[in-house]
Amino acid sequence: MSIQELSTEQAVEMITCVIDGFEVTVPKGTLVIRAAEKLGIQIPRFCDHPLLAPAGACRQCLVDIEINGRAFPKPQASCTIPVENGMVVKTQLTSPVADKAQKGIMELLLINHPLDCPVCDKGGECPLQNQAMSNGRGESRFEGVKRTFEKPVAISSQVLLDRERCVLCARCTRFSEQIAGDPFITLNERGALQQVGIYEDEPFDSYYSGNTVQICPVGALTGTSYRFRARPFDLVSTDSACEHCASGCAMRTDVRRGKTLRRLAGEDASVNEEWNCDKGRWAFKYEVAKNRITTPLIRDANGQLQEASWPEALAAAAAGLKDARAGVLVGGRATVEDAYGYSKFARVTLGTNNIDFRSRSHSDEELDFLSTVSTNATYKDIDNADHVVLINFEPEDESPIVFLRIYKQVHKRAIKVTSIASLASRGSEKLNANLVKTAPGNEVASINSVTDLTGKSVVLVGERASETQGALSAVAKLVKESGAKLGWVPRRAGERGAIAAGAMPNSLPGNRLISDAAARVDIATAWAVDSLPSATGLSTQEIINSDLQAVVIGGVDPMDISPDAKLKLSKKFIVSLEIRQSDITEIAAVVLPVAAVVEKSGSFVDWQGKVRKFEAAVEQSLNRSDVRIISMLADEIGKPINLPTVKSARVELESIGNWDGAKPEMKSTVSNSTKSVGPEEAILSSWRNLLDKGSLQDGEENLAGTARGSVIVISKSRASYLGVKENDLVRVSNNYGAVTLPCAIGDIEESTVWVPRNSLNSQLIRNLGVVSNSVVKVAKA
Amino acid sequence: MSKLTPVLSANWDQADSFTIDGYKRSGGYTAVAKALAMNPDEVIQLVKDSGLRGRGGAGFPTGSKWGFIPQGDNKDHYFVVNADESEPGTCKDTPLMMANPHVLIEGVIIGSYAIRANYAFIYIRGEVTHVVRRVQQAIEDAYKAGLLGKNILGKGFDLELVLHVGAGAYICGEETALLDSLEGFRGQPRLRPPFPAIAGLYAKPTVVNNVESVASVPAIVNQGVAWFTSMGTEKSKGFTLYSLSGHVNNPGQFEAPLGITLRQLLEISGGVRKGHKLKFWTPGGSSTPIFTDAHLDVPLDYEGVAAAGSMLGTKALQIFDETTCIVRAVLRWTEFYKHESCGKCTPCREGTWWLVQVLKDLEAGKGSEADLDKLLDLCDNIMGRSFCALADGAASPIISSLKYFRQEYLDHLSAGACPFDPMAATLFESAGVK
Repeated sequence: MSIQELSTEQAVEMITCVIDGFEVTVPKGTLVIRAAEKLGIQIPRFCDHPLLAPAGACRQCLVDIEINGRAFPKPQASCTIPVENGMVVKTQLTSPVADKAQKGIMELLLINHPLDCPVCDKGGECPLQNQAMSNGRGESRFEGVKRTFEKPVAISSQVLLDRERCVLCARCTRFSEQIAGDPFITLNERGALQQVGIYEDEPFDSYYSGNTVQICPVGALTGTSYRFRARPFDLVSTDSACEHCASGCAMRTDVRRGKTLRRLAGEDASVNEEWNCDKGRWAFKYEVAKNRITTPLIRDANGQLQEASWPEALAAAAAGLKDARAGVLVGGRATVEDAYGYSKFARVTLGTNNIDFRSRSHSDEELDFLSTVSTNATYKDIDNADHVVLINFEPEDESPIVFLRIYKQVHKRAIKVTSIASLASRGSEKLNANLVKTAPGNEVASINSVTDLTGKSVVLVGERASETQGALSAVAKLVKESGAKLGWVPRRAGERGAIAAGAMPNSLPGNRLISDAAARVDIATAWAVDSLPSATGLSTQEIINSDLQAVVIGGVDPMDISPDAKLKLSKKFIVSLEIRQSDITEIAAVVLPVAAVVEKSGSFVDWQGKVRKFEAAVEQSLNRSDVRIISMLADEIGKPINLPTVKSARVELESIGNWDGAKPEMKSTVSNSTKSVGPEEAILSSWRNLLDKGSLQDGEENLAGTARGSVIVISKSRASYLGVKENDLVRVSNNYGAVTLPCAIGDIEESTVWVPRNSLNSQLIRNLGVVSNSVVKVAKA
Repeated sequence: MSKLTPVLSANWDQADSFTIDGYKRSGGYTAVAKALAMNPDEVIQLVKDSGLRGRGGAGFPTGSKWGFIPQGDNKDHYFVVNADESEPGTCKDTPLMMANPHVLIEGVIIGSYAIRANYAFIYIRGEVTHVVRRVQQAIEDAYKAGLLGKNILGKGFDLELVLHVGAGAYICGEETALLDSLEGFRGQPRLRPPFPAIAGLYAKPTVVNNVESVASVPAIVNQGVAWFTSMGTEKSKGFTLYSLSGHVNNPGQFEAPLGITLRQLLEISGGVRKGHKLKFWTPGGSSTPIFTDAHLDVPLDYEGVAAAGSMLGTKALQIFDETTCIVRAVLRWTEFYKHESCGKCTPCREGTWWLVQVLKDLEAGKGSEADLDKLLDLCDNIMGRSFCALADGAASPIISSLKYFRQEYLDHLSAGACPFDPMAATLFESAGVK
């Protein structure tokens, strides 16, 4: 029963109608309530939401309508009726009938509402409260008994429900069904006892549940972590961008007295519309973690880190870096401005191209792909796509807003989705994806088998494609031959920006290849230096394995790279720029504290290449963005980069602009031979679940409560071979170590076993030393 | 008895009227052969020409409804029978299906053939288990007789008929809620458009007809338009079942031409119970505004009842004599609507919750005259403001009772209690009960 959306490319017929005496012209299909908005006429509403299908349930938006002189006999819900030519609408402003109808509905809505506004989280920002004032009667005539319920009911660890406050608008249930594809909450019972409920023993298991709290027009749904923490009028709100992934969500950060109390999805039609995921909404406690570093630290003669002043620490860092053969590890979460600071610092101050933002699996093929293949897909392309191909990319886990956008079109237009993956994940099942079941390492053949691509198709490839040799070359070929749009979707928020900033061993800012002399001249001129190092630098893994004497490290977890990374780095002089104590600060000679995202301004570049600027939400912080500290460090070393502020870095990078010269083609890498496995062996497949042991989720127990369980996924035939049934313990092991978890029997490629990459009791680099595309033993535990 | 026109009920006095043999003996399943020999469009036209209007309450022309189904659209079509009879006072479909289930099945076959549906459903309310069993048996017998299934009567028409049992919600008598329920969802009315004729069951073109409407079709096919239109009034053609209940000597089903009056029906049914006189009555179930003894001569057809300020509805004539407290009767109905409100929209859900509380106070003699105005204003805020017609039905008896019996409400207030003896209104012996 979905309403076919008009394609944006079609010419849209315009309709002119009259609302409260004013003419308004809107595209055909526009609802009366929204046409009125265009005129600045606010019709009160609860169940209406522009991104949900009309319900007409609350009846708050009743207006009088006539069409070509024929009046409807009774007021109509303006949220369900599209405008028509010759339509004359009278809202509460000009129709006494509509005004009385609205006041009547408001009075009815309030008879069973507890009016506990003084203790309700929503009080002060509540559509019911506001509209009761603007469109209500003021005094209720109800003298009877209100309906009461036990309160609150936890519909998940992170969402609480106070049923007596609920006005039963069904926004939350419609969101869960229509937008998230997670119909785990529903309306139960009937009449005034109708209520939102979950299935027996099944909590509200959705990555997007927080949106229901945000769109609840009353205080019925509240976030466990925020409940009773603040009043809206005590909060200072700042528009911000989400640091958790490359989806690029606009956010709003609400701060009271220097402390972030909550984050909400911001509005951006071209990115996240009005939604975000639960990680983006609730994972911010890491900023106030106990192990936050507040002062510079220097390692003393006894090997202990000691607090130091900034001049002391900068001097110590400079001494270790000056004249050393050094490298820079940026990490995947830097802002563009910070990444630019690191990029310029490596070239100008350290005189090297040994810089890499990739703090995960990576390959030379990937480097070549990222610096030569242009990506052009956007959310809008997904909106218009005829076919979306996912390659080593699980959007629900790895870029949740990309998932929502694809799901929207699957829900509305039933577009085709193909997923090249080892198993049918919950996300790809929701997308009704045609699964090309592929063992890790065999992706190239699967990519080559994709057909039916047109210029309207979208190919989305994930960062895990670098784990299979030849996969990215095959993607480049597929896109080139079919004309489909291409998107490369990394997991982390900083990766696309780091590429733009040139924080990689073969490229300079603005996608200028180091191998191109003209490109080097461009940048040397911009930076007012005589020349730039011309040799391609070392990658992350090469820097770790190298005999470089010193490394400057941003936000990097060595356990994201390789099991021995920490040990190898510990032999070098490490300058760590960190917000919290970490594996790197443990081995660093000098630790420089930096600001967390909410404490600084900056920008991320989302997977589309769109810049997501944000301002500091916590103004009082003494913490500084990386670029400012790096600039001080460069001054101390005597080779300044002159980027004293985030703004100066942004302005300088913008003035450099993008490379518009020629670029070489991507070198084609052929795939290596496929692996064969014995009956007790399997090829390891893994990815990170959205909610897992990621360090930015630290300290948020309620969020962690909704993480999907850690399970090993095996095929039906393997289960019978091993003699195990669902939930029996299975052990995956190799020479390095083992992971033992309950098993789930799933639709997985026969020779493959799937293990969560970084979840409870399953942190693969720590436990197995590898993350994928490697033969492991599988046994009953 | 001369005014009665038994057609649907003609064979109800036969001991085996409900069996396929009994039905065939009285001429059953001859219309279906006739209809299957016609072009489906001709069948639709025949029903249109007959002027048959929906007997479930709204009175929409049945033939037009069939004609709305888009043809040649390469989609499955569905024919659904609304047998969720739950309107208080309404008791015509249940006895019809008990006494003559095959006339319904024959109507279903003809209707499905006309709209080119190969699947039909009968949605019966779950409480009437005996009817469910009887209709189920009739369907099985019809299958065995080659009247359902593949290649019916060798005419190349296929029809599968499925009996679905509801779970006992009044709202599922609303056609779109019925469709949701039939699809396995909670029964709540759907937003229209799209109307069922375009996107009904499983979003396919669907006709939803009341039992009595469908059951009337075989007789029209057999005996023709002229015969059918010879009965009834100008715009309300044919015969229909009037269900008399309450304070009447011989309650039951009375099949008569549309336009008969209550005065005539009371004559036929033996009148109001002895020693009492008519106080008020519903023309078409509790959702229709009540009438009083001033309305005895209102012609009981769609136009006549509407002109007198009510609706023909389901033609469930509930008769109340002077022993009945109007406030109590209205409160009982309102409690029903509160219990049955599906909860989807605010005015119905919250309004019925409130109305019951106000009426309870009034019945107990609590409150003031201002509360009557509040009650009316409340009804004004509910009536015509809700998602479906359920709430209109809830407000109607209140508004109409205040129109005719405002003084009786005031009497409660001045007495500080209900001035009636509820036992006196019961149909069993009241002597000594008090």
